[in-house]
Amino acid sequence: MNTADQYLKAIYLAQRIEDGPASTGTLADLLEVSPASVNEMIGKLEEQDLVDHEKYKGASLTDEGLERAHNALQTYCIIERFLANVLEVEEFRDEARALESVIDDTVAERLDTIIDRPAQCPDCFDAEQDCCELLELEAGGRAD
Amino acid sequence: MSLGQRVSSDHQLTRLLQIGVVLEELVESRAAHHIESLPPDERAEFDEEVEELLAEAATESAEHRERLEALIDDLEAETVGYEEINALVDAQYGPPEDTDGVLYDQLANEETAYKFYDDLIEAIEASESEFAVDRERLLETLYGIREEEKEGVEEVTEVMEQRA
Repeated sequence: MNTADQYLKAIYLAQRIEDGPASTGTLADLLEVSPASVNEMIGKLEEQDLVDHEKYKGASLTDEGLERAHNALQTYCIIERFLANVLEVEEFRDEARALESVIDDTVAERLDTIIDRPAQCPDCFDAEQDCCELLELEAGGRAD
Repeated sequence: MSLGQRVSSDHQLTRLLQIGVVLEELVESRAAHHIESLPPDERAEFDEEVEELLAEAATESAEHRERLEALIDDLEAETVGYEEINALVDAQYGPPEDTDGVLYDQLANEETAYKFYDDLIEAIEASESEFAVDRERLLETLYGIREEEKEGVEEVTEVMEQRA
């Protein structure tokens, strides 16, 4: 997943958490980058009509941005579910965050052929818990 | 969330190699499922060349898997067994409609594997971390596998073009 898609996903989640535009501070926390980096990227995404930015309020996804954010979050869900249910990784959230930049969408699509993902994905993603609310965890952590 | 494409630890490297193993197991299992799933009339039409292509893909994947497993062994980790992945493929498998569908799926398999190794190599090259496995051996193994995946893409494309 490329950096722009990671930002779009973070904006989507921040909008859900804040129930309104995503603030620079929340995005910087979610992405673990500086506020200056966030502002720079928001500017780029705005130029591409993926994000609307209102001064002192924050960033909101456009329809096109929302579609891309949905796809990015689905890819992220696939990675989390694959780690949790196939590799049985206990720390699947942390590991998904560490791996998402290296796993391409096409790779995630292939992994998706062996995981059981709900039809309503990514609506069932719990932004606060950083995972799907329907994810069933299996005991053990063999692949660790 | 970690921005930037680089592999920075043995743990992360191991996980990515484990994903590589699963991708190879997927290719192997799906190729076997494709051959078995075709109805008799389609199977008669399923010419030798396509059957041979799938058999070769399965053999090559098994061999790639062994090379990855040797690296994972050195990192003192385990992999998910083929039978387990085969059972997961079994549970979700929807057979392609016809031979062309099989070839498209095979092409997607090969392209995905190529992209995966290409990204992995880039992420390792971008990192200055020391790994428990020899860096040169790691990269040589991955270069070799990536090259074979590239040839795999070309082979499937050629067969598809001949059939068009």
